[in-house]
Amino acid sequence: MEPARPQAARGTSGAHPPELPDPLVIAGEPFNSRLIMGTGGAPGLDVLEDALIASGTEMTTVALRRIDPEAPGSVLDVIERTGARVLPNTAGCFTAAEAVLTAKLARDAFETDWIKLEVIGDEDTLLPEVTDLVDAAEQLVDDGFVVLPYTTDDPVVARRLESVGCAAVMPLGSPIGSGSGIRNPYNLAIIRELVRVPVILDAGIGTASDAALAMELGCDAVLLATAVTRALDPTRMALAMKHAVEAGRLAHLAGRIPRRLYAQASTTFDGLPALSPDPLLSSATYACHGPLTKERRGAP
Amino acid sequence: MRVMLNGLAAELADDATVAELVARHAASPKGVAVAVNAEVVPKSAWPQHHLADGDRVEMLKAAQGG
Repeated sequence: MEPARPQAARGTSGAHPPELPDPLVIAGEPFNSRLIMGTGGAPGLDVLEDALIASGTEMTTVALRRIDPEAPGSVLDVIERTGARVLPNTAGCFTAAEAVLTAKLARDAFETDWIKLEVIGDEDTLLPEVTDLVDAAEQLVDDGFVVLPYTTDDPVVARRLESVGCAAVMPLGSPIGSGSGIRNPYNLAIIRELVRVPVILDAGIGTASDAALAMELGCDAVLLATAVTRALDPTRMALAMKHAVEAGRLAHLAGRIPRRLYAQASTTFDGLPALSPDPLLSSATYACHGPLTKERRGAP
Repeated sequence: MRVMLNGLAAELADDATVAELVARHAASPKGVAVAVNAEVVPKSAWPQHHLADGDRVEMLKAAQGG
């Protein structure tokens, strides 16, 4: 499929070098990194810290859970050292009421009114419960939250979330933790055209090419966690994701060539010399008269 | 009095406040949030919020999560 070409590609006039700042802006806040790395799934806080730093992320997610006095270290301290903004989530909530209460608790705990809103509808697929999601989003926006909802790849739901005031929409590529990549690139391309707020691909990323594809499709950012934290070498995968998101973004802005069924020569046939001793077999003849047929080759 | 703290029964002095409960169970109030009977008790209200017998208290902090 053909991703939509960007509205205004940089560098088309040749006046802007491609390394110009290209910030992601959410609710008026600029981010230089378009990779949002979650903290879930890391085998330890030291591994997490190294991966967060390698990813270059400027925003990272945390969950709220019951205090465990035995738990070693603090994920908040790790995030503080990386300098990333904390984006609390409502992971584990199955109703709008639970999600709204969790968001309010997170606001008090982390002194931020930003929330990654998750309302889960099914334990096996962890797919969003979209009616409660829209309901919760509306309540939280009215209460002054900057709401970033994790949603399905349904363009109509994305538009609804934007209309109730969400600061971004975060459609899934495939189920959380599945590592299956982007199952419906067409829907993501439609969502990007349908809404004006940032579109952040959330969930399903398995490897770097998935993240690059999301950006090539026009997504404004990628949110991932387990693709990095459960990789054999999380720090190296974090670096791969950083480069993939940057490469995909640049490719999107650059505007890819259309796909063709047949080849299109990048070298002109004009001025091609006739170098074969047999004029019928020369490249120039081929260029002028098409492919060699059995007859022209003199085959029996 | 007896309250339920994070799903477990806990015996508290009759005039116990949320602030005292947090001080006893959390290393630091930083990054901690408290709900009593499914309502947020904001940090600013912890010292004045007296718990009552049978209260359901959830004391939460940051955990790793997607």
